[in-house]
Amino acid sequence: MKDIAEIRADFPILNRKVYNKPLVYFDNGATTQKPQCVIDAVTEVYTTYNANIHRGVHFLSDMSSEAYENAREKVRSFINAGKREEVVFTSGTTGSINGIAFSFGERYIKPGDEIIISHLEHHANIVPWQMMCERKGAVLRVIPINNAGEIILEEYLKMLSSKTKLVSVTQVSNALGTVLPVNEIIAAAHSVNVPVLIDGAQGIQHGVVDMKTMDCDFYVFSSHKIYGPTGIGILYGKEKWLSELPPFQGGGDMVDKVTFEKTTYNELPFKFEAGTMNYPGAIGLARALDYVNSIGRENIAIMEKELLSYTTEKLSGINGLKIYGNSVRKISIISFLLKDIHQYDAGMILDKMGIAVRTGTHCSQPVMDRYGIDGTIRASICFYNTKEEIDTLATGIEKVISMFS
Amino acid sequence: MTISEVQDKIIDEFSLFDDWMDKYNLLIDLGKELPVIDPKFKVKDFLIEGCQSKVWLHPDYDGKMITFTADSDAIITRGIVALLIKVFSNRTPEEIISTNLYFIEKIGLRQNLSPTRSNGLLSMVRQMKLYALAFNAKKQIELRYGSN
Repeated sequence: MKDIAEIRADFPILNRKVYNKPLVYFDNGATTQKPQCVIDAVTEVYTTYNANIHRGVHFLSDMSSEAYENAREKVRSFINAGKREEVVFTSGTTGSINGIAFSFGERYIKPGDEIIISHLEHHANIVPWQMMCERKGAVLRVIPINNAGEIILEEYLKMLSSKTKLVSVTQVSNALGTVLPVNEIIAAAHSVNVPVLIDGAQGIQHGVVDMKTMDCDFYVFSSHKIYGPTGIGILYGKEKWLSELPPFQGGGDMVDKVTFEKTTYNELPFKFEAGTMNYPGAIGLARALDYVNSIGRENIAIMEKELLSYTTEKLSGINGLKIYGNSVRKISIISFLLKDIHQYDAGMILDKMGIAVRTGTHCSQPVMDRYGIDGTIRASICFYNTKEEIDTLATGIEKVISMFS
Repeated sequence: MTISEVQDKIIDEFSLFDDWMDKYNLLIDLGKELPVIDPKFKVKDFLIEGCQSKVWLHPDYDGKMITFTADSDAIITRGIVALLIKVFSNRTPEEIISTNLYFIEKIGLRQNLSPTRSNGLLSMVRQMKLYALAFNAKKQIELRYGSN
């Protein structure tokens, strides 16, 4: 296996400086950096075989169509989905959830029906369902959380009823790092024949994700959070759902036959891929998944677990620092505040030391409201981070505290 | 002093520091020294909400000059707010409207006023100019039609 120096050498940006200081990148929850092989894959498309997919009969079009379909197969195998027809390319997690919220709403939702989400959701897994509920007269139910930032499973079980039409929850909280008990959530929903969508935006990059064992009905994620290019993402859906759902966008490539009287749709997965898709992005994503596999997903999980516990230990020792989200099941994200110091002030000073963290509500305002705060400072780590960088963060935080006291 | 002279003075003051840390320490001091806003103005009507930090801004017009008081929940933002108050407060609406704001860029704090930095400062500058425009319009109307 590669050592940490070799891993870091794969990511050219990690070598740069900001304000003349080595970059310390702890904003991986927002987006991850790209290994050279992913950058090369995208460059290779544009320099050697760029052509629109599924259209021409010419050499380049065949080549790019094949690379695009190979990328789909790569994703299928990465998440262990049953069929390539179940893997739809979208613009990202947000695009995937909006698509399902629209199509599912059109096909199945009636006034009074209920959709269940959790209090830990990113706005992308709240707003599309609110829009759908508004359109269809349905009701949005929210699974509450405890002070540790864990969902209260008993409350969820009480919520499930004959009115429930869909459950949509995140695998990992982007604001607190809590890992949700998705297996229990899915099993309970399935026992009353309710489908489940899992938002994998913060889950896919941290370990093995297997559609067969997870058995969710929909799984969505973004390429850019798993070391791939931005602007491309995945909507996995079980075939029985995808074949029943209407398309969420109309246009080229998603059709079978078009007349002004009636249009019939293309087969899966193309029914959901209207217009020119981001094929260089898909090809880049496939390369990113190869890269992740080359490091090993189990290895990544072990490295990140160690880094998180080191960070937690290190930050817990700082006087006046409070960590939000203390679940025993946490991944890679540590959200905190410093006593009497605004998170924005802290973030500005850390930035000047070359440390990139995120401050604010992390697109999860309800989580902040739950704790009665305006936001947090979030350090999100991944396997290319080091203990030395965590030490730099801790020293930086001490400096911030001394500046504002 | 004219508005430009005030801006030049701020630029001189900041040019004493090469190190960003000293600049931010000065901003923190300015933030701490900012005169407190009357609590009755620290309400929604006078709130400029940024996604990262909040700014409250209240104008007072005596028929000649506009006096601004302001506050923020973040200290660095408050430091910049203090500088903007130095530049814009106790000025006529005409002066405020015609002012070209250049000191922020010159002292290396431009990123704090970029549209993507939603700390409320860019909106605060806009709001100060809008108040000046409104008071100016009110004055013109009074000049033309009398105050009743």
